[in-house]
This record gives sequence, C-alpha cells and structure tokens, in this order.
Amino acid sequence: MKIAVTGINNVDNPGPGVPVIRGIRESGNFDGEIIGLIYDALEPGAYMDSIIDNSYIIPYPSGGLDLLFERIKYINEKENIDVIIPTLDAELFGFAKLESKLSELGIKTFLPSTEQLILRGKDKLAAFCEEHDILVPKNILATSQQDIYEISSKYNFPVVVKGIFYDAVIANNLDEVFAAFNSISTKWGLPIVIQEYISGEEYNVCTLGDGLGNTIGAVGMKKLYVTDKGKGWSGVTIDDPVLIDLAKKIMKEIKWKSGAELEFIKEKESNKYYLLEMNPRFPAWVYLTVAAGQNLPYSLVKLALGEEVKNFNKYEVGKIFIRYSWDLITDIKQFENISVNGEMNNE
Amino acid sequence: MNNYLISSNLAISDNGFLFMSSTGETFTVNEIGKHILNEMKNRTDIEKIREKILEEYEVSEQILEKDLNDFLNQLNTYKLVEEI
Repeated sequence: MKIAVTGINNVDNPGPGVPVIRGIRESGNFDGEIIGLIYDALEPGAYMDSIIDNSYIIPYPSGGLDLLFERIKYINEKENIDVIIPTLDAELFGFAKLESKLSELGIKTFLPSTEQLILRGKDKLAAFCEEHDILVPKNILATSQQDIYEISSKYNFPVVVKGIFYDAVIANNLDEVFAAFNSISTKWGLPIVIQEYISGEEYNVCTLGDGLGNTIGAVGMKKLYVTDKGKGWSGVTIDDPVLIDLAKKIMKEIKWKSGAELEFIKEKESNKYYLLEMNPRFPAWVYLTVAAGQNLPYSLVKLALGEEVKNFNKYEVGKIFIRYSWDLITDIKQFENISVNGEMNNE
Repeated sequence: MNNYLISSNLAISDNGFLFMSSTGETFTVNEIGKHILNEMKNRTDIEKIREKILEEYEVSEQILEKDLNDFLNQLNTYKLVEEI
C-alpha cells in the first residue's frame, strides 16, 4: 500500500504530516510506502528516511487545481497511490474539490465536504455554534476600517483580532485594533474576525469523525509550553468528560468527516468551555493521541479504505509530548534531486 | 477551621508532584505539604491534621495556624480542594 501525505514541513510551526505518518507506521498493520507531497525543496520531512520513502514537489492548490491534479496524476503513474492525506488548512478546499477526480484515478481520501469546510471557517463558526447551543465568543467580521468603530459599543477591551486563515492578536484599544487589522489583512486578506476576549485556560481536542455524526476518537490536551508563535511545544493528555462530550457533540452536529482539532477556552468564572476554533485537519500534536492509545491517523486510513473502524472510548491520561529540533545531515545530492527534478527518494 | 474535600482528579506522587488530570495543571509541594494532602486524601479532619503536625514538628501554634491557612487557601484558589 502507498499513502501520500502533505504537510511534512517540520519547521518551528510544524505541519501535521510527520506525526500522521508516525501514527500510520507504528500501527503495526502498515506494510507499505509513504510518499511525501511537498511545496518546498527544504521541507524537513522529505529528508527523514525513516518517515518518507519518496517525495515529490506539488504546486499550491491556489495556483490552479488542474495543475495540481496533473501533477498528482503523474506521481500516481509512478507510485500507484492508494490514499492521499492532505494535512494543511490552505490546501483542503482544493483537495475536497478534486475528490471525485482522484477517486477516478483509484486514489482514496477521507475529507470534509466543501460545505463543512465553509461552516467551520472563522467567519461562519459563531453562527453554527449559536444554532447548536455551543458556547462561542461573539464576533464581528470587519471588511473595512469603518467596521472597527462598531466594536467599542459591542465589546469591552481587550478583543482578539484574527486573520481569516491564520494569525491572532490581542488588542487592548481601538488603535491596536486598527494596527492589527492592517497587518493581518495585508497577509491574509479580508474579512478580519474581531472576537470577544474570553479570559481562561486553553484546552484542545484532537478528534476524528466518520462523516455520519459519529466520533471515532477524541483526546483532550492542555498545552504545557507555548512558543512565541503561540504553538504548543509540549502538552499533556487530560481527563475531562465534559470537554470530550462537547467535542463529540460538535462532531455530531457538523457530521465531520476527517480529522480535526477543536480549540476551547475554559472561562475562568463559569468554568464553561467556549469553542474558539475548529481546525479542519489533525493538529501537529496528533502523535500524542497515538501514544495515549488512540491511533487516529491510522483509523483515518482505514476509513478512507472503507474498512470498519471501532470507536475508541478511553485514552491514557498524563501522557506528555515534548517537541524538539534536530539537525538532520544529508548530502547535497538529495537537495539537488528535489530542486532539479522535483522528486527524490530516500533509499 | 473549615474542612476541605480533595479533588478526585488530583494525583499526588510520593515525591510531592501533583497532577490535576482534569486540567493538566502540575504543582510541587514540599514534604509537609505532601503530608497534609495525603492526610486530607484519607479524609482526616483538618483539626486532626493540625494536632498531628504540632506533635510531629517543632512549630508554634500561631505559626502553624497561619501557614496551614495559607496552604489551604492556595489549594482552594487552584481548585485542588473544595470547602465543605
């Protein structure tokens, strides 16, 4: 069996590809090859020979889906891919749109629909949650600086200013909101989400839905160390049935099909969970779920192959992940291959 | 002195490391802190704990009263115990 995975950019803000692959390889049931689909010749995962067998550069979906499809078709002719697992937010719409064409090539996926991807978007999530009695911070969508004046009458400061795809800044007054609006909209476009600030501790859940409303598994985690980019660099599995039940309710209401990360904040006074974001793919810490007893990445592979997957109903509490960096040494020949030919192998 | 119920989610290690499994929070306590928490886990009355400490350690009643109160308030603030 051959599985192609994206997001093997194990940099300081790592993609989920490498931990997804670790889960698949360590399932005890996988005897095949892993193909890395990369956007840059220096994505570290491509050089990790215990993780990736062969790697290919692919074009960004934003550059046109026809180009992406043609490239995958070429790779498939050489590799005969069984399953593709895209793991990056920005590429999911493109892959969801290509799902039927990939299927015609014999390549299976397990992806949310484009409608589901729209529903969980930062600009739509609040309305979805309110409709289903899920607590969520109030927000407004700002498409111009004019919209920002609204917030003084609606919320108390601070507020959270978020880009439509990435970035979030806490702003303590209108001037800081304007500054954040300008810098984030330049990078990620409009609208900008301006969200009520909820004071409390952040908790995350990594989960997998079968697309019919059932949750295959869900693991709760508290970050123990956060980098200056706001990324969890270590975290611990926790035991809170309220958190897991809430995650299952969300997966049920949205009938999520794929892996996801739910980001919550537990409000300090009420101890209630507010859903901050729903990321439409496994998080970079997904290997912790494997270590805690729920191999969600391999379960996704089985779902993609149409195999039966049983629900996980427990996991080990108190398992910690600690991320680290490591200088991998390789020959310039490998860099040459991927740079010139757009492909390389780790044999 | 008020009595407290220790959280069922609090794991106390032999070396004084505390792990709150519902929130992921961790703490460390010294030998006497661990001693108090283990007594509380065994549902020993706070008054009894106070008497035991007075017997076992060289400490004046006033200092113990103040330190024990401080400790219990901290446990309460971090929601490791509940007042009953």
